[in-house]
Amino acid sequence: MTNGKFFLGRQELLGLAILAALIFIVLPASIDIFRLNLIGKYLTYAFVAIGLVLCWGMGGILSLGQGVFFGIGGYCMAMFLKLESSTPEATKIQSTPGIPDFMDWNQITELPWFWVPFNSLAFTLIAIFVLPAFFAFIIGAAMFKRRVGGVYFAIITQAIAAILTILIIGQQGYTGGVNGITDLRTLLGWDIRTDSAKYVLYFLNGALLIGVLIACQFVLKSKLGRLLVAVRDKEDRVRFSGYDVANFKIFVFCFAAVLSAIGGAMFTLQVGFMSPSFVGIVPSIEMVIYCAVGGRLSIFGAVYGTLLVNWAKTTFSETFPELWLFGLGALFIAVVLVFPNGLSGLYRTNVAPAVDRWLGRSSTSAKPPLEDPQAAE
Amino acid sequence: MNNKSELKGPTASRRGLILGTATAFALSAFSQIGFPSAAHADDVNTTGLAVTEDTVKVGILHSVTGTMAISETGSVQAEKLAIEQINAMGGVLGRQIEYTQEDGASDWPTFAEKAKKLLVNDKVAAVFGCWTSASRKAVLPVFEQYNGMLYYPTFYEGLEQSPNVIYTGQEATQQIIAGIDWVAKEKGAKSFYLLGSDYIWPRTSNKIARKHIEKLGLKVVGEEYYPLGHTQFNSVINKIKLKKPDVIYAIVVGGSNVAFYKQLKAAGIDMTKEKPVLLTISVTEDEIRGIGGENITGAYAAMKYFQSLDNPNNEAFVKAFKERWGDDIVIGDVTQAAYLGPWLWKAAVEKAGSFDIDKVRLASPGIELTTAPEGYVRVHENHHLWSKTRVGLAKPDGQYELVYETADLMEPDPFPEGYQ
Amino acid sequence: MFADYTWTELGSIFAMQGFAGLILFSVFVLMALGLAIIFGQMGVINMAHGEFMILGAYVTYLCSNFFQAFLPGLFSIYFFIAMALAFVAAGALGAFVEWALIRHLYKRPLDTLLATWGLSLIMQQAYRSIFGAREVGVTLPDWLLGSIALTDIIEIPINGLFVMALTLVIAVGVYFLMFKSRMGMQTRAVVQNRVMAGAVGINTEWVDRKTYALGCGIAGIAGSAFTMIGSTGPTAGQLYIVDTFLIVVFGGAASLLGTIASSFAISQAQSTMEFFLSGSMAKVLTLLTVVGILMLRPEGLFSHKIRR
Repeated sequence: MTNGKFFLGRQELLGLAILAALIFIVLPASIDIFRLNLIGKYLTYAFVAIGLVLCWGMGGILSLGQGVFFGIGGYCMAMFLKLESSTPEATKIQSTPGIPDFMDWNQITELPWFWVPFNSLAFTLIAIFVLPAFFAFIIGAAMFKRRVGGVYFAIITQAIAAILTILIIGQQGYTGGVNGITDLRTLLGWDIRTDSAKYVLYFLNGALLIGVLIACQFVLKSKLGRLLVAVRDKEDRVRFSGYDVANFKIFVFCFAAVLSAIGGAMFTLQVGFMSPSFVGIVPSIEMVIYCAVGGRLSIFGAVYGTLLVNWAKTTFSETFPELWLFGLGALFIAVVLVFPNGLSGLYRTNVAPAVDRWLGRSSTSAKPPLEDPQAAE
Repeated sequence: MNNKSELKGPTASRRGLILGTATAFALSAFSQIGFPSAAHADDVNTTGLAVTEDTVKVGILHSVTGTMAISETGSVQAEKLAIEQINAMGGVLGRQIEYTQEDGASDWPTFAEKAKKLLVNDKVAAVFGCWTSASRKAVLPVFEQYNGMLYYPTFYEGLEQSPNVIYTGQEATQQIIAGIDWVAKEKGAKSFYLLGSDYIWPRTSNKIARKHIEKLGLKVVGEEYYPLGHTQFNSVINKIKLKKPDVIYAIVVGGSNVAFYKQLKAAGIDMTKEKPVLLTISVTEDEIRGIGGENITGAYAAMKYFQSLDNPNNEAFVKAFKERWGDDIVIGDVTQAAYLGPWLWKAAVEKAGSFDIDKVRLASPGIELTTAPEGYVRVHENHHLWSKTRVGLAKPDGQYELVYETADLMEPDPFPEGYQ
Repeated sequence: MFADYTWTELGSIFAMQGFAGLILFSVFVLMALGLAIIFGQMGVINMAHGEFMILGAYVTYLCSNFFQAFLPGLFSIYFFIAMALAFVAAGALGAFVEWALIRHLYKRPLDTLLATWGLSLIMQQAYRSIFGAREVGVTLPDWLLGSIALTDIIEIPINGLFVMALTLVIAVGVYFLMFKSRMGMQTRAVVQNRVMAGAVGINTEWVDRKTYALGCGIAGIAGSAFTMIGSTGPTAGQLYIVDTFLIVVFGGAASLLGTIASSFAISQAQSTMEFFLSGSMAKVLTLLTVVGILMLRPEGLFSHKIRR
């Protein structure tokens, strides 16, 4: 599929170009900033969905706790922004000026030690990458080294999402509790609530997404990516060939976690707050459906799947709030029973051959080696 | 129904407003006897809100789906009823109110999104909505940024006072202090066990309760929180039995309520014996339907409204509510507070003589309603309501029987000195 | 915290606390047994398990209304009829779901997770449309309310006793059904080797359906019993799902005995911690401990054979 040296084939280049055109030209030109901001929010979920393609679609590891990493990224960013807006002047009516308002309400008189480093943007940005990778490493190392299988992993990550939610809500003096960290205003003095800032953040988000897609494509086309697929399909054979399977799984899980955290951080920037309702079980499972609708084997599909489901959610819940849950439920079932390859599967069977002809290639060589998702598990 | 626009309110001294206020008074008089308004749309609306010659658009923003839909349904019904009644009386400044309803779906960013849609796309003149603190916190920056007006119905923890929100429910001190004073005086309570669901409202409320209890020289013997949705309370019930408090002060919410009261009863704590007394601020008539009247009989609740209140306003309100939404419906404290929203807004608009948010805001403090089902209420400068606090005794039929009400209106105090 | 109390008081309290732990244990066993059958024996992740429980609760609610209105004389025993109906209703729905959905997915356990999650959303919305979003209260016959006072402090809640007795009956019943009856033998045969089981004449499809229906039916009974202690609302089922799965996994998925042992361990840990700590932290610590142990010993307490 690759032309030897370069990891982006023509198909992928075309996909990237179409997506970039959609994100950077078509959407901004056709909808107002309010809707565009919504799209920006959806696109932050796409980071999570792409991560799920890597670890679930390619690696066969289904995590039901991606909300945890989304939350870590989001909370890191929110902590930094909150500290910036909680200057002693802005909070002088509090009994302890200079700390976030919710801490003051909970009789905390000093900034907790783990908040202090988040005064620094550099630290925050590093934390957004390092913290999720660290936690994913601990979870992954503990479980994959002991060869915990897919189902168990799913249930345990789900429990971790539940624990973290209870913890955040219970420790409201340190975390803002169920309300989350709200009323975020500026980033290094730049007001993120204005329309112009929303445009800038949208484009930044889009650029990051494209960058992440390229990085993922690189990983998939490397030896690592092929090994992952091999692990998913016949783990034992890979192990018998002398590879340490656990390390690949740990790596891809950490990678997906970092992607989720980037999405979380961008979410906070664009939405203006972070709360535990994006950490728990329900959002984590919803993120899996974005990936499944897009087609669990395609990173591009994940982006379109995310956009489609969220668009449907917004539209349907506006017009038929009663029907929306029926629709969502049916979507879960349909995507499993009727079209397990999701949007990308439909694309690959119906559109891709034509595209291939148009690109002037024989379609036989363009089959990626990762068709059958039934083989997962 | 008749709303008095208060002319002697604190803002009336502002010169620039006197004219407007006078016009509003005249207009409201007209509109109530059915004359179409003479004021041109451009005069009463200088900021591009969705106001035409004969209509004005407002927003209703509650959860119709998701976990909070249970609680928010009553508020939606009350707000629609109030709007329909106002329309039947001739509307606001001669304009019929049209509402756009949006679903917050129990999801806080959705609330923020929909609030923004209502303000930016629909250009509504006021929004009646939100229920949980989290949803209010999420929409607050939106209302402040786009200068909207939110009428928020729920009793809540306080610690907030926004120029863009009118809080029609009680803030924590109003509900708590009167209740604790009452139980200390009437029931001779000396020791309290504080219990709540684990989130900001119960925690903040219990904090205020603890301070007040200690101020009175009484004792808190235990304080505990359980995750939302928790259904096993046997351990805490044992602890209560061990500590033998005079009062269980319970702020349990949602589905946990049912489990808590059923288990309390099953464990042999008979609330009708008042040993200990159970005092709650979180169980309205709405919640009792899920708990079952027989499981909570004998508990006391401190809030500002009970469906059983015996006054002509309330009789008319309950009758109208049942006619509109069905006979088997119950009306709780928040539902009544939600009903006040459109009326307070109407009074403020008519006092200001304009739909402009800034003018409505200036006109709001001092607005009084003599027709409120709970009795007389008045808007404080801090945008909360002066209101009486009442204590009710739960009966097997799911209603409260009024046993006490404060003689005076309680002053709202969202940032209570000495309670933080 | 104990300095001010006499030994008798302390003794009574510990007895009460032990009893509270036993009630929690019974509740966990009721929740987990059905799931252990479906997940442990069939490898299907049934995320809609909570909703099947709630179905049982709503059936009980309907029954209580029906008996109050039409057969008030029999009201005191309606609960048994309600439980039977809950079993039948949840079991029948389970059989239908197995036919329509699950049987296509036996080779893809992770996909059963997604599909049953979708099913749970649909069921929740259906409850909401039919019964309203509000929680409903189930009226209990008088003899199920109240408590038996042994001493001043020790009072045994009758509904607690009832739940414990019910759990015992169901656990014993499941034991006989799975290990002593023909159906159980067939089920285990199919689990161990589907092809061979089919070859010796067992109708594997039918066995699958019966097993799934049995698991769902037990969930229905559990839901019916829960109306005595918890709430009945469209989304109440979701509250149980994480706990339930952890119990089953912790016990070692394939072992019913393991499920019971892990229910016991987790319930005792939680109720002890709840007594010494605040509620939320007790819950977090319990879950963390379970997850921690599972990371060290992923096969759970009692099972050695499943490593998937």
